[in-house]
Amino acid sequence: MNPHLVLRVVSKLLIPLIVVFGLYVHFHGDYSPGGGFQAGVIVAAAVILYALIFGIENAKQAVPTGFVRFMAAFGVLLYGGTGVATLILGGNFLDYDVLHPDQAHHTGQHIGILLVELGVLFTVFSVMMAIFYAFAGRAPDIPEGEW
Amino acid sequence: MEFLASLMPLPLAVHAPAIIVVTPLLMAAIAALMPNGRLGWVVTLVSTVFTGLLALSLIVDVQSAGVIFYAMGGWAPPAGIEFRIDALNAVLLLVIAALGLLSVIYALPSVADEIAEGRQALFYSAFLVCFAGLVGVAITGDAFNMFVFLEISSISTYVMVGMGADKDRRALTAAYNYLVLGTIGATFFVIGVGFLYMATGTLNMAGMASRLPDLSDSRVVQAAFAFIIVGLGLKAAMFPLHLWLPNAYAYAPNFVTSFLATTATKVAFYTLVRFLFDVFWPEAPFVAISFFWVFAILGIIGMVVASVQAVFQDDARRLLAFSSVAQVGYMMLGLGIGTAAGVSAGMLHLVNHAMMKGALFMALGAFAVRFGIRRISDLNGFGQTMPLTSAAFTIAGLSLIGVPMTVGFWSKWYLGVAALENGWWWAVAALILSSLIALAYIGRMLAAIWMAEPPHDKTGGIAHARAPWLMLGPLWVLAIANIWFFFQPDFLISLTNAAAEAAFSGVTR
Repeated sequence: MNPHLVLRVVSKLLIPLIVVFGLYVHFHGDYSPGGGFQAGVIVAAAVILYALIFGIENAKQAVPTGFVRFMAAFGVLLYGGTGVATLILGGNFLDYDVLHPDQAHHTGQHIGILLVELGVLFTVFSVMMAIFYAFAGRAPDIPEGEW
Repeated sequence: MEFLASLMPLPLAVHAPAIIVVTPLLMAAIAALMPNGRLGWVVTLVSTVFTGLLALSLIVDVQSAGVIFYAMGGWAPPAGIEFRIDALNAVLLLVIAALGLLSVIYALPSVADEIAEGRQALFYSAFLVCFAGLVGVAITGDAFNMFVFLEISSISTYVMVGMGADKDRRALTAAYNYLVLGTIGATFFVIGVGFLYMATGTLNMAGMASRLPDLSDSRVVQAAFAFIIVGLGLKAAMFPLHLWLPNAYAYAPNFVTSFLATTATKVAFYTLVRFLFDVFWPEAPFVAISFFWVFAILGIIGMVVASVQAVFQDDARRLLAFSSVAQVGYMMLGLGIGTAAGVSAGMLHLVNHAMMKGALFMALGAFAVRFGIRRISDLNGFGQTMPLTSAAFTIAGLSLIGVPMTVGFWSKWYLGVAALENGWWWAVAALILSSLIALAYIGRMLAAIWMAEPPHDKTGGIAHARAPWLMLGPLWVLAIANIWFFFQPDFLISLTNAAAEAAFSGVTR
């Protein structure tokens, strides 16, 4: 019988919840504590938990290293791209007000901060994964009998 | 120059302060995605050229408008982050943009030789992040934002230095050493900024400057001053805080050394000037004391001691690294003189030193790419083996000593004149002593290059080689600049005089 049965079942239950909580922290970030950085760490923690329980190879199938590298750069581009978009729309760099005409409710500010923080989420998630893969790839695997 | 700048479309010119930082930052992400080093280099080249054009347009604007302000995100200062460019920043922008571009052109063959193929694109990405950070430090008007940019540039610098490990594993310990000391420096700086925030309630430099004169008796402000000076002194490799520098320069990839030696410590020196003269004010008792007892004294000790240490090095790049510490001493002396003439001379030496050290390190890199040279004894007879590179090295070396006909002469001339105006004859004596020691260490290298027996190839003839044109081009641009600006010094001197004037007129609007 598999020695990690309890761990496997519990983590399978928990991982989706962790990801959803991460997204909650992100999208609720402009009303409550949280934001892209925290959300990125939480989502990365979910994948790292998956890798710890099911093995690094399975995790690399779910989140490939090439994808990690791409998302790390994409997050930066999303953040900066939002700034460039505000420039093109006629504002200063990262002046979110120009993103939406509804000034009374500051809709532009909401859109802007969500996009920027989404970029942060992608990059933080990817960098956490990259660091984890880099370290996990180095250490010799713990043989099953030594758990 | 004006013509080039006038080609810039107006919206681009209006938002240039933001775009000049954002371009390399975003291009760094794109460079990281490139499949091979060559494409990464193209991306890097395009962004440095574009950044250079923006820098030119900003410099021209500063000359006509005086000061340029830019509010990030439309948030007006002091609440928001403000970019602020005056004549003092303009000099730095010019140095970073020009030397950055030249180093990038030089980089392709050097990086292809020294960095593993799979990591070259990421290496260029790290370079662009560092470049963006340095530009950011140079133009921000917000003390905390300055810390952030300083860290952006430093962290990517640690990475780049560590990447020298493909050639020499000692790069890893050098990078780690640099990381520890650099982080201590950044921590001290941010503690100081935190104290200033506590005392003044603002992070905007102009805001701090307007409130600090009422608080000159405050211990918090004085402690902040001490923390900031130590932190920035570490980053600038001011004499007793320079221990990270020799190994970092000696084991980093050649391209990284020539870029860092010409820009990174210069930017830290600029931040010192900005804080001493603009955020704090030179008449404050604790600032006035520091001019003599910290900057002049330590600058002079550094000038002499580091030069003597340089004489006894075997590793060619370590020798030049110790010489860099000595040159920082010259700039600190200029700062310590504490007059407009002194600051102007310090800034002039900053620009000149970027030209000489850039050329010297580039020449060593060109020797290394062909023959893997590291030690001075390996340079024997290179005047015949690689004459073009050796000639450029010689010009820059003479400039470092301060021989007339090279730009190094003006550095020492104006430093000496500024010191004599203060009646500091002993500073002039130290200047001459340090130049004589420079003659000794540069002379050692030149003697090996021109007088020693050249290496022979298998048939018994003299080995010949030419560095790649991409390396020779930037190298000779710098070497010729070293001579050109001796005969046409007015351009540089007017720039640095304006910079000193801007430093003394402060950051209030």
